[in-house]
Amino acid sequence: MAAKKKSDKTGLPGDPELRRELLHSMLLQRRFEEKVGEAYALGKIGGFCHLYIGQEAVSTGVLSMLRADDYVITTYRDHGQALARGMSARAIMAELFGRVDGCSRGKGGSMHLFDRNLNFLGGHGIVGGHVPVAAGVGFAIKYRGGDQVIICFMGESVVNTGAFHEALNMAALWKLPCIFIIENNKYGMGTAVERAAAIADLSRRADAYDGMAGEHVDGQDVFAVRDAMERTLDLARRESQPHLLEIRTYRYMGHSMSDAVSGTYRTKAELDEYLKRDPINLLKARMMDAGDLSDEDVAKMEQEVKAVVQDAWDFADASPEPSPEALYEDVLVDTTS
Amino acid sequence: MPVITYREALNQALREEMARDDRVFLMGEEVGVYNGAYKVSKGLLEEFGEMRVVDTPITELGFAGVGVGAAMVGLRPIVEFMTWNFALLAIDQIVNAAAKMLYMSGGQYPMPMVFRGPNGAALQLSAQHSQAFESWLAHIPGLKVVVPGTPYDAKGLLKSAIRDDNPVIMLEGEMLYNTKGEVPEEDYLVPIGKADLKREGSDCSIITSGKMVLVAMNAADKLAQDGIHIDVVDLRTVRPMDVEAITASVKKTNRAVVLEEGWEIAGIGAQVVDYIQRDCFDHLDAPVIRVHQADTPMPYAKGLERAAKPDLGKTIAAVRKVMYLD
Repeated sequence: MAAKKKSDKTGLPGDPELRRELLHSMLLQRRFEEKVGEAYALGKIGGFCHLYIGQEAVSTGVLSMLRADDYVITTYRDHGQALARGMSARAIMAELFGRVDGCSRGKGGSMHLFDRNLNFLGGHGIVGGHVPVAAGVGFAIKYRGGDQVIICFMGESVVNTGAFHEALNMAALWKLPCIFIIENNKYGMGTAVERAAAIADLSRRADAYDGMAGEHVDGQDVFAVRDAMERTLDLARRESQPHLLEIRTYRYMGHSMSDAVSGTYRTKAELDEYLKRDPINLLKARMMDAGDLSDEDVAKMEQEVKAVVQDAWDFADASPEPSPEALYEDVLVDTTS
Repeated sequence: MPVITYREALNQALREEMARDDRVFLMGEEVGVYNGAYKVSKGLLEEFGEMRVVDTPITELGFAGVGVGAAMVGLRPIVEFMTWNFALLAIDQIVNAAAKMLYMSGGQYPMPMVFRGPNGAALQLSAQHSQAFESWLAHIPGLKVVVPGTPYDAKGLLKSAIRDDNPVIMLEGEMLYNTKGEVPEEDYLVPIGKADLKREGSDCSIITSGKMVLVAMNAADKLAQDGIHIDVVDLRTVRPMDVEAITASVKKTNRAVVLEEGWEIAGIGAQVVDYIQRDCFDHLDAPVIRVHQADTPMPYAKGLERAAKPDLGKTIAAVRKVMYLD
């Protein structure tokens, strides 16, 4: 999907195939997460579970620009990014169901999706903890003289942690090919960003570090996200320049499954306002207006996606639970080098 | 066999392993230009360059995380903490990241890395710089924890730790860096998880590790003058613990003193005593006694500090007590 931006007769960025892939990727995440909500309500999924609905243009926009050998690390709100990186819906759903065919063999659950084959270095559950880890991946890339990048997704509440600043300082000091992506969905659980961060423009946190570029982007517009990534990626690959991209988005669901959709910390009116800028609807509308997409196309894509998601459910439901012996497996490896 | 210091033994291990495998690198505060806060990394920057001997800012959480990330994608970091007291700032990376990555990824991400540095009290460094963290770290599944007490074990265990594909914690002794011992020039490894019977005796076992090995050996010398012969079991690794070595010794002597540098409550010694009561209940001729630090933060004043630390006198008294001599 990493095709170069170009325009055709529609005036839209990219080509028809790319645009459909982007829409498909976003739609798959949306329908997948809706299905996850259903499975959670039925008790098929347990524990903490954080849905990505509303933020799909971020994952798709960013990850559609990457190479297969680049690295991705993220937070506990990781289902959308795993799908956008190419992990199978089956492997993710089976993980959420706690089954052996899950991407982490049922040991990680919703917050810890990993896939070594995709260089998907996991969902991480401690706010801020994975940001220095991303700097370490950047360090390893530089150590080996590679031209990959590491993408580090984080929620906006991370920018107030020490781990964030420690990592950004080293990334800038050592010129590591790290792209730190703040998914600013406006709330750290139930605390509005302006009640937590003593800075309005979070991308300006980059100003504290010489050699680090900061930029903020409309996260509901997948093309805007891709544009920002194109600029950023080039500098990260060629110049090993770290970046801080603040992608402004919104989550339509509660923080986790135990949080009501609008809750005590935001109004229904606010939610409705943001729903007008649903990233999937925005992309669909632009494509339809440009004659790039018909109602039939949408219906067909919906059918396809629905089938993939149902298949994932069926697969997960049929997958065995881990055997009792699995409890003690993978605590340590018994190898040396 | 050459006699060298514990510090030099560690330095040799680092040099040999870095020469052996170019994925191995050392990072931490003052490890490069300064040659190491305790000179353990002396000369390594010159030999291996700044990509492999990395001076970090004072940012324990940050650089421990850099180590974790580098290990995830195939490097073999050695993360040096200037002291383990400072590593408390990095405990999230050690406990939540390094120790759990393999498990929560379903076996996909081994963490071949070492976290090392001086542990425990030196002299008059007071409360924040005088803590022994064996039991904190040994509590965590997914880690291995080694505690060498001699130059020979320091070199052999560090080499094993670097080659191990798991996260290994190495607790060195600040007061041990200048101690000397025989260390072979040829390549050798000390296996992780194997205790060493440092001295044989039939009257009482002292089970210990790290800096307290010296205390135990001195106590054994003194007690021998009174005709009391001590089996000194140096655990060398506290996770996984060599239970067989502990129980073999106690079954032979029927009496045990468990000596550790840290605090009593939930200390390493508590675990040793648990193994003893489980496996040696019918062999014991007396209750096991533990010797440990006083249950207080470490005071600064010399006399108080002496009173707080486990030492030769307290160890001898404990042995005499389990032998019903006092």
